[in-house]
Order: sequence, then C-alpha cells, then structure tokens
Amino acid sequence: MPEIGFVEAIRQALAEEMERDPTVFIMGEDVKVGAFAATRGLYEKFGAARVRNTPISEAGIAGAGVGAAMAGMRPVVEIEFASFFYCCFDQVCNQAGKLRYMSGGQARMPITFRCVYGAMGSAAAQHSEVVYPQFLSAPGLKIAIPSGAAEMKGLLKAAIRDDDPVLVFEHGRLGFTRGEVPAGDVIMPLGKGAVKRAGNDVTIIAVGAMVPKALAVAEELEKEGIGIAVWDPRTLVPLDEDGMLEVVANTGRVVIADEGHRRGGAAGDLAAIIIDQGFDYLNAPIKRVTALDVPIPFSPPLESYVLPDEEKLKAAVREIMA
Amino acid sequence: MDASAVPKEKLLSLYRTMVTNRRFEETLSNLFFQGQIPGFVHVSIGEEAVPAGVCAVLTDKDYITTTHRGHGHVLAKGAQLKPMMAELLGKRTGYCKGKGGSMHIVSYSLGIFGANGIVGGGLPIATGAALASSLRGNDAVAVAFFGDGASNEGTFHESLNLASLWKLPVIYVCQNNGYGEFTATADSTSVKDIAVRAQGYDMPGVIVDGNDVLAVYEAAKTAVERAKRGQGPTLIEAKTYRWEGHVVGEQAFVPDYRPPEEIAAAKQRCPIQLFAKQLADTGFVEPAELERIAGEVERALEEAVAFAQASPFPEVESALEDVFANP
Repeated sequence: MPEIGFVEAIRQALAEEMERDPTVFIMGEDVKVGAFAATRGLYEKFGAARVRNTPISEAGIAGAGVGAAMAGMRPVVEIEFASFFYCCFDQVCNQAGKLRYMSGGQARMPITFRCVYGAMGSAAAQHSEVVYPQFLSAPGLKIAIPSGAAEMKGLLKAAIRDDDPVLVFEHGRLGFTRGEVPAGDVIMPLGKGAVKRAGNDVTIIAVGAMVPKALAVAEELEKEGIGIAVWDPRTLVPLDEDGMLEVVANTGRVVIADEGHRRGGAAGDLAAIIIDQGFDYLNAPIKRVTALDVPIPFSPPLESYVLPDEEKLKAAVREIMA
Repeated sequence: MDASAVPKEKLLSLYRTMVTNRRFEETLSNLFFQGQIPGFVHVSIGEEAVPAGVCAVLTDKDYITTTHRGHGHVLAKGAQLKPMMAELLGKRTGYCKGKGGSMHIVSYSLGIFGANGIVGGGLPIATGAALASSLRGNDAVAVAFFGDGASNEGTFHESLNLASLWKLPVIYVCQNNGYGEFTATADSTSVKDIAVRAQGYDMPGVIVDGNDVLAVYEAAKTAVERAKRGQGPTLIEAKTYRWEGHVVGEQAFVPDYRPPEEIAAAKQRCPIQLFAKQLADTGFVEPAELERIAGEVERALEEAVAFAQASPFPEVESALEDVFANP
C-alpha cells in the first residue's frame, strides 16, 4: 500500500470527488493558493468556478454553502482554523444543522466543512482550539475526526458523498504525518470506529491526533506487561456505540484521550455513554486525559502543561491498573 | 408605474395575493388570541405590497429566503393555505410536519428555502442558492427578503460583497418597515436609506414605495432581468410600515414605543386600498371583480382553518425523525 502524507490524502479526496461528481465544488479563504496546501493545484486543475477563492468572510461563505447545498450542489467549505467557526456559528448550527429538521425532512444539506484544529505549537488560544465539542451539542451535524492519512481520505470522501452536513476536523499536527492509504476510491463509512490495536487490560479511546499518541503509549507499556487496546471512534456523530462498548467489555478499564477541554467535552460524553450502557463491564473508574480548562497558552512550557500528552496518558493507565 | 401597462390577469393576481396575505394574518391574529397558535406570531399587516410585487416576477424555479415575519413572502411565492395554517397550529399536515411553525415555513418544491428565526440568517443562504444557479448554468434567481434590522448584521455585508464579487443572480429586498423589534430604524441604523449601502458593494441600490405594489413589481422585474443577464445583484429597499407590533400580543409585555399618530398616518396609505384605487382608475377592472376575489379568499381561508383544526397532531415519535437524511 502506498504511503502518503496527511495533506496529500485531503488533496486526493477532493480531486477524486470533484472528478467523480460535477456538483462538488470547493469554497474558502485562500483555497486558490492553498493556505495549508490541502487545495494546492486544484485551482489550476478545476478552475475558478469550482475552486472558489473567497474573501475572509466566514458567515458569508458558510451560509452560501448552505444555500448552494439546498439548491443541489455539494459544497466543501474550508474554514481554515477551527476557531474561526465561531464567526459562522449561526450558519452552521442554526441553519445547516436545523433546516432539514425544521422543514420536516424537505431540505437536503450535502455540505462538508473542513478545518484545521488543535494545538500545533505556540499558535496561542485563537488558533489552537478543539472546537468539536461545541458542535456535539448542536443537533443535526455530523462530526468526523481523522486520526491519520487513511482516515483523512476515507472519511472526507464519505463526508462529501453524505447528504447531511459533515464537519471534518483535521489536526494541524497530523499535517506532518504520513500513512498507508489504499489507492483509489476508498470510502470510510461515517459511524464506524476502528480497533487500532488489540489488548486485554485497558482500552484507550483516542480521538483524532490522540490516536498516534495512544499507540505509542500502548507500545511502551506493553514492555511492562500492560496490554492496551486502542479504539478510534473516527466520527463522534454518528458514534459507533456498539463498537466502543465491545472493546470496553473486553478490557473493563477505560482511559479516554481527547485534546479538547475537559468541561463539557467529548471525553465526558463518551464516558457517560459507557456508564449508561456498559457500567457492568467496568472494573475501575473511567479516566479522562484532556486539555485543562483554560484557553491554550502561547508560551511553550505553559502549552505543554495544559495539553494532554503521552506522559499524562501513561499516568492515567498506571493509575487505573493500580 | 401605470397599471394599464400590466396584463389584467397579473393585476388581479397581485390583488389576490395582497388580500390573501392581509386576511391570512388577520385570521392568524384572531386564532392567536383564542389560544390556538402555539409559540410566537409575527405579522406583516400593512406590508403586503412587497411580497406580492416581488414574487409576481418569480417562478417556482426561483428561490426565496425570508424572515421570522415571512408569511406574506411564502404565500406570495405560492405556498398553499391549508398546509400553511396546519403548520402554524403544529399539525402533522403542515408544510414542515409541525416541526417548523410560523418562523420556519419551507417548501422545497416551490423554491422556498425558509422563513428564518435568525435576523440576517437567510441572506447568505439566498446568496448560495444563486451561486448554485450560476454553477449549474440555469437561469434561476434567488431573492433574500429581510428587514431593515438585518441590514446591520454581518451576514448582510458579507452576502452583498460575495454576490457582487461573483456577479450572482440574487436580489436583496429590504422590507424597511421602520422598526427592528422594538427599536426604530432611525435609532439603530447609521444611514437614512438602506439602499445607499449598495454603493459600498458596487451594485444598484433602488428605493421604492413599498406600499405601491406596481412600483415594487417594476423594481423587482428590472432586478430579475439584470440578474438573468449575468450582471449581478441588486439591493431594493421597499419603504413601508408595520401596522402591528413586533409580535402579536406584545401589548401584554412591552410599553407603547410608537407614536399613535405615526401608526394612524401609515394606515392612511393602506397598500391594498391604494392598489384598488389604481385598478379602479384603469377602467378595465371592475370593483365587482375585486369583491369576488376577496370572497374567494375568505372561503379558502375558512377551509384552511377548518382543515388545520381537524388535522391531527404529529405522532410524538416523529420528533426523532428528519434530523439526518442518512442517520
């Protein structure tokens, strides 16, 4: 299987979907140049109409995407940094997420929003945030969080083909990674998680960029005789609850690793689902390894202190095994 | 505009739309005070010329978005009284199966992309519908109806900039009724005429008498033709007045915020009466024809209310449906 970069996976997905379906088009700030390189070369290939470079205008472009989707197109809207979503919350949550429901199922909303999320090194609070928990609470939106190049390509293609609004969160740090991606038309269904590593003692449920960290920790702790299963939900909405409970049932111990803030976050939500539906599987309290509840700081030692990392993950696993 | 320049069928259709809008909302207010309408109801009595005039130049293939005060636009675009009324009563037979209510009427097949509970929410959506039309190479135009209040929202400015930049076939119709909620436009808006804001986006900004249905019709026709020629968007400001409050029943919780003489003066310029007079002046529209239309509207409304009242509420389990197309 060819190994490609995470960003190349995005570019392949976009190009393949645009070739396959003439209603797919890209819209966003600096997509012509490709601010994060993901759309680079597509303008030259598909032209200005379908690779629509926009002004800096998040509410306008998100809303225009909603209207275009309702009128029969499949827009892929790039919001650059996840925190910029705050500028277009209304169009995403009140409009994209609700119009189908409020219209009694009439509205069709095949829109994909892409953004870069997470801390990538001293970008400070307005460019480092994990924003998906805010959307978890907003009904009507699907949320995909690729953990590597294969997921990136497969989930993005699935998102573009889906008839509902899908938000795809791409961790900035994963942009520098590479991974094996099957060639051709690979779709990774929304709502299907994956066991990334088997183990019988502890399950680490890892979201997005926490997956490679969880795998590294699992590798290391195996030497101490701790068998760690790593489960990647891939999409938080819809969530593969059965897959999650199955892996939890096998280990009885759970650590949830997410870069989002702890309060009101995805980790708490996943923990609550496990308690509601799989309490009998548990042999120990669920541990959450998340960012602390402060804006992500600029100064490197402060940033490291606030963010979850391998050391914090290891500590949580050891604590739960004690 | 001279009424004799417009085909008689069109004139009568404009009149029917205005009377329908007026009587629909009067009926609605009565039902609200009888406790039959759940939630909030925002009526646009006195503003009937704007939706009638604009929608008269649109077809089912064209798109509109509107506001929380959107009954008139939706009816003018072709929405039927029975499912409208049923929706407002929260019934299963409503346009949105009872999930949207007054502020969210959608009819996909009629190109109605939604009344909208968020001020300024519909402007970028109409812009996007126009973008789709331009990408698909069909000649559908999109109209965003909004109020003077929405012209202070970011979405107004972002939408006009995008539409002008890309020469999209979209018409922004500002129905300036003098108030945004409980605040006068003069106290909330930096310009006297919202149409001048078009200049900042390099598009025509047209002011029309929003109580003169033929003036609105003519302005909309010009804007649609321009859009279809690929020359881009137009901003139309239709100056009118809101006879009633922001929300029906507001007297119970807000003090009087409008001078009574202002309201009285506005009622002297009733758009329906003005139009009836214009029609009488043509000599080829008989008053009896107008009475016949008013009678037909009355009967259709009675039937719609009866239909809505007799319709069942939705099954509660349906509250969990229609979130996703592919759950």
